[in-house]
Amino acid sequence: MKKLPIILSLIATSSNLMAAGRDTISVVGSSTVYPFSTVVAERFGKTTDFKTPKIESTGTGGGMKLFCAGAGIDTPDMSNASRRIKKSELEMCEKNGVKEVTEVLVGYDGIVIANSKATKQMEITRKEIFLALAKQVPATDGSEKLVDNPYKTWNEINPDLPKTKIEVLGPPPTSGTRDAFAELVLEGGCEQFAWIKAIKKQDKNKYKAICHSVREDHVYIEAGENDNLIVQKLTTNPKALGVFGFSFLDQNSDTLQGSIVDGEKPTFEGIADGSYPVSRPLYFYVKNAHVGKVPGIKEFLEEFTSEASMGEEGYLTDKGLIPLGEAKLKKIRDQVLSFTPLKL
Amino acid sequence: MNRTTTEKVVKSLKQRHRKEKLFKAAGFASVCFGFLLVLTLISDIVIKATPAFHQHWLKLEIDYQQEWLGVDSLDYEKLESADYRKVLRRSILAMMPEVSGRQDKRSLYKLVSNNAEFTVRDALLKSPEFIGKKKNVWVMLDDDVDSYLKENTEFSQTGIRISEKQAGWIEQWYNNGLIDKQWNTEFLTSGDSREPELAGVRGALTGTMWTMLVTLILSFPLGVAAALYLEEFAPSNRFTDFIEVNINNLAAVPSIVFGLLGLAVIINLFGMPRSTPLVGGVVLTLMTLPTIIIASRASIKAVPPSIREAALGLGASKMQVAFGHVLPLAMPGIITGTIIGMAQALGETAPLLMIGMVAFIVDVPMGVTDASTVMPVQIYLWADSPERAFLAKTSAAILVLLTFLMMMNTLAATLRRKFEKRF
Repeated sequence: MKKLPIILSLIATSSNLMAAGRDTISVVGSSTVYPFSTVVAERFGKTTDFKTPKIESTGTGGGMKLFCAGAGIDTPDMSNASRRIKKSELEMCEKNGVKEVTEVLVGYDGIVIANSKATKQMEITRKEIFLALAKQVPATDGSEKLVDNPYKTWNEINPDLPKTKIEVLGPPPTSGTRDAFAELVLEGGCEQFAWIKAIKKQDKNKYKAICHSVREDHVYIEAGENDNLIVQKLTTNPKALGVFGFSFLDQNSDTLQGSIVDGEKPTFEGIADGSYPVSRPLYFYVKNAHVGKVPGIKEFLEEFTSEASMGEEGYLTDKGLIPLGEAKLKKIRDQVLSFTPLKL
Repeated sequence: MNRTTTEKVVKSLKQRHRKEKLFKAAGFASVCFGFLLVLTLISDIVIKATPAFHQHWLKLEIDYQQEWLGVDSLDYEKLESADYRKVLRRSILAMMPEVSGRQDKRSLYKLVSNNAEFTVRDALLKSPEFIGKKKNVWVMLDDDVDSYLKENTEFSQTGIRISEKQAGWIEQWYNNGLIDKQWNTEFLTSGDSREPELAGVRGALTGTMWTMLVTLILSFPLGVAAALYLEEFAPSNRFTDFIEVNINNLAAVPSIVFGLLGLAVIINLFGMPRSTPLVGGVVLTLMTLPTIIIASRASIKAVPPSIREAALGLGASKMQVAFGHVLPLAMPGIITGTIIGMAQALGETAPLLMIGMVAFIVDVPMGVTDASTVMPVQIYLWADSPERAFLAKTSAAILVLLTFLMMMNTLAATLRRKFEKRF
């Protein structure tokens, strides 16, 4: 008990010191970009005299909210995003005094549809995935009408597919992976019906509701934000398919195989050259006003955009990032290091 | 009349005995079942955690050629920023001269940890006289190699992310006695990392200690004072009833709500720094306070009134009664309540999510205003990582958390015994 006053006074003094400023870079945002920016941060902390940046995994939307809350030193310096910043978000930023924002395109991430190696590799098209998972699908008689999804087994959709129950484990709606899955796979399959695509011009919201809604009769199982959980469930249930990021397939290639989508295998090369249809860009955004105020931002960006990290043989590719390619990387690097503000 | 009662009693005796036996058996069975569950859980965690306690190292003969390092003078600063990656890679190649081709070289370099170049650097900085000379340095193997060595007994198989060629090289090293398995002390001495072989719990453990310290310092005196006031001094009227109801309600509020409150009030209004044990401790205080108050009130109430009356009768003031007699006697119960509240706070992640303590933080926090995480958050973050080796780390971190909890409980038991008075 004698130590109590000492500790209390310690707390008091250290909180006084804190108010003066910040010497650690603060990053928030997407859980998909998190594994990459943490690697850069760790290396940055080890090779320079700056402190290791602090990286929070808040999700893309949550990160943007924090990032755009204001230009003060108590707000984050950077925000990771697994999609491009929305116009509304940039407007919110400007309204709150965050005038200039630099965009950094990090690389690409593939979304895979995988199953256990105990069963056959699936060969599937995006249209088939849409028919298997959408809440409402075009009626089977060919008329331009939507009915509640009647399909129970894969071979009902296409006789070439196996005669197993449709069972897909995937991320919940709060996840960025789910957004990308809905946009790239479901919508990609959905728009192959010409009459549904025609709706897009008349009523965008209705079109989105048709293409992005996932069925709720326990065929698509929301397995939580944790991709590892989906991986573990797939090994115990060989009949199920799972939806998750490419890096998890890369790490578990001994037990899992990625399905062939639209005739393309989910490989590193296939995602890099864009032939695999389900990949998305990863970004982060930097608050220009904080450059110079928080030490190390410029150096951190130099490290991040260097050939050694984001390049084709950089350490980020070891972690599953699909690189930009040499010419594009150089362009992005120049753009970033001159802090060109983003205009949408 | 008497006879019939006795007869009835005798008659039903057997049945009552049977009922008793049945109840005893059911009780014993449920205890056994609970014990079995705990045993399965713990053994599952221990089995999964075992790989995390060892780490494989590789002995390398590092050739500190000045030319490779790219330094012309020997001052510390120059040496600190020299090109150790080149030295490391050239030294590995010197050991495996038969490897050629860009692809092969790349897969060879991948076998050692990303941290190896820093190990090589630190070895030279410690003894700069080795510049231009060769020195044996133990470097960590990559987590893929480490898992491969732990999971496979033969080198003929390929492993996860380990090709046939790589397996051959590993075998060669292994047979030459260059690979050594050691206790993974890094796990307890280093902070978080994205490389599983380097990741440790020290940062999270220190963060937990700071957070718990803040929680204890704030919640214990406040909670005990509130309980003492409500039990011993407060007049019983509508107002105190209202407070009492509210304290009970507060104990049932989901913890995430406290996190939201922390974000809105403590961070945004008072401007305390995000992601720090200080804010975490304040938020967890809000959560533990009701538990401590309720437990303390119960144990204060359990102090026999005769003690108070005797003290008052001998001329003690109310204050003297409360602090000299009631509080010491109630202390064991108060400590138990505090420990229950603290244990609850120890395992909390939900409120910390809102105040930014779910984050990747490498540096070990040196005070309550340094950014930090806590143990349960660390477990959550590792469970979510793609690298397979983090699976073992997750379980190992759970064991550390359980040990921490047990130590806390033992401390509480000792304190309780010390304060316990019989009357």
